[in-house]
Amino acid sequence: MKKALYVIAFIGVSLWFTTPLLLVLLASLTPSSDFYIMDKVLPSKLTFDHIYKLLVNLGGWKALIVSIQVALIAIAISFVLGIPAGYALARYVFPGKNVLKLMMLFTRSIPLIVIAVPLVTMYLRFNLADTMLGVALAHAAMVLPFVVLITSSIFSGVFVEYEEAGMIFGLSRFGAFLRITLPLALPGLVASAIFAFIMSWNEVFAASILSITNRTLPAHILSTAMASPDYFKFAAGTIMAVPAMVFIFIIRKYLISMWGISLK
Amino acid sequence: MRKAESFTPMLLILPTVAYLIVFIGYPIIGIFQLAFDNPNGWLENIKQVLLSRDFRNAFINTVVLGAIVIPIQFALAVVLALLVNKKWKGYNILLYIIAMPLALSDVTAALISYSIFAPNGYLNKLLLKLNWIERPIYFFGYMFRSREFFVIVLTEVWRATPLVFVILLAGLQSINKEYFEAADVFGFSPWQKLTKITLPLLKPSILSALLVRTLFAFQIFGVVWLLAGRDITVLAGETYYWYVFMNNQNIASVYALVIALLTFVVGWFYVSTIRSKYLEEGVRS
Repeated sequence: MKKALYVIAFIGVSLWFTTPLLLVLLASLTPSSDFYIMDKVLPSKLTFDHIYKLLVNLGGWKALIVSIQVALIAIAISFVLGIPAGYALARYVFPGKNVLKLMMLFTRSIPLIVIAVPLVTMYLRFNLADTMLGVALAHAAMVLPFVVLITSSIFSGVFVEYEEAGMIFGLSRFGAFLRITLPLALPGLVASAIFAFIMSWNEVFAASILSITNRTLPAHILSTAMASPDYFKFAAGTIMAVPAMVFIFIIRKYLISMWGISLK
Repeated sequence: MRKAESFTPMLLILPTVAYLIVFIGYPIIGIFQLAFDNPNGWLENIKQVLLSRDFRNAFINTVVLGAIVIPIQFALAVVLALLVNKKWKGYNILLYIIAMPLALSDVTAALISYSIFAPNGYLNKLLLKLNWIERPIYFFGYMFRSREFFVIVLTEVWRATPLVFVILLAGLQSINKEYFEAADVFGFSPWQKLTKITLPLLKPSILSALLVRTLFAFQIFGVVWLLAGRDITVLAGETYYWYVFMNNQNIASVYALVIALLTFVVGWFYVSTIRSKYLEEGVRS
């Protein structure tokens, strides 16, 4: 009896969360002629036409590349700056540490919506307006507090004794970090990089405001989708959803700890 | 323990702090400048916005959307978290399935829900096929704003419940099993365990999830903008509209400033409530 209830709950919950995703996938593969035949719920055949056209003819591919570049630059900046900070918060005792941690939490909660408009004014002065780098810099600011908090918690999880052992055997502090702590922390760091990628991949507001000619994929979709025929909307949904799904599958082991840290 | 080296950690953190000051601190000052910048007097922009009907609508819509969506999400998330936390066979798969919408942007979620609720979307086609309706039900358009509102609520519930779920599950998993063993000794019923142990111990997680969700509620943009355009206005949508379509960065800034102030208030509560808990478990030296 109890088992049956679990099975029903499992099926019900799975359907609620997966059906919409499967439907948009199906819709993006449906031939355009089938869309407007009202008694055709399921497509007569599947086609990659819309996805292909959206990518090749409608600028989707270019936007996709911009999105990936923006995310990679943002990850590079935020990790280069954030890892040392995270390490310091995890390993050292120093005055003002708690204030810094709370500051990270606080900046984490400030949305890019608030800072996007003044950033344009600032970018105009430095020739960063309407560039990919400008969007990437803003995304890095969004991701950085998260990287600091999460790397600090990852480094806390690596026993300090290992580092000390390494230092006894003649490694410098930096050497010990590089040869002992970093390899041990690597899986967690990769997972947080993927998480950061998803954050940047999904950000639409600042991306739309900061760049017009070099739009990221969500910004491109936001500005064009509602004027496009329905099947392009669904193709856009699929192109946005699939990479995110794959990435979240890769980091599924870290889901709870990652969001636990970044959101709690 | 390494107090002597207190120079090193400062040096390690300095780049991060500098970056955040330039890219978050400075723009926040900028938003005040832009919002108050008007040749007719420094309060003119603010007055123009606060006295407008558009602002009132956007503010009310944002708040009402949050007030409807957040309680539903919490009710669902608590049930889901309790379900997954039972650790029965296959709970890992369910965890992943529930987490999937977390990776989706608001833009994607809007497009997904459009595939279902469009005039020739799956819902209408299915209902027509079943002969339950004679002509398609329209969910979008200014005439059907209350239906648009319904679709937006449903989309947000679908998309963001997992966010609350994950925070609550993390909280559930940190509850010490010994409490339940003790409860067994005293012969607690499952209901008593839930109300006397689980929920009280979950309170900190519930509180932080609530604050995080409230913060996000003020930022709602993509779903509304794509599904309803300006039929249903929200604060972030108005910021976008005034900046992109009206080319007026001062009015856009006033809207952004309102979002910022709301964020500061909730963010301050957020930081101060989790402060003790967070600092405790975070410090290792």
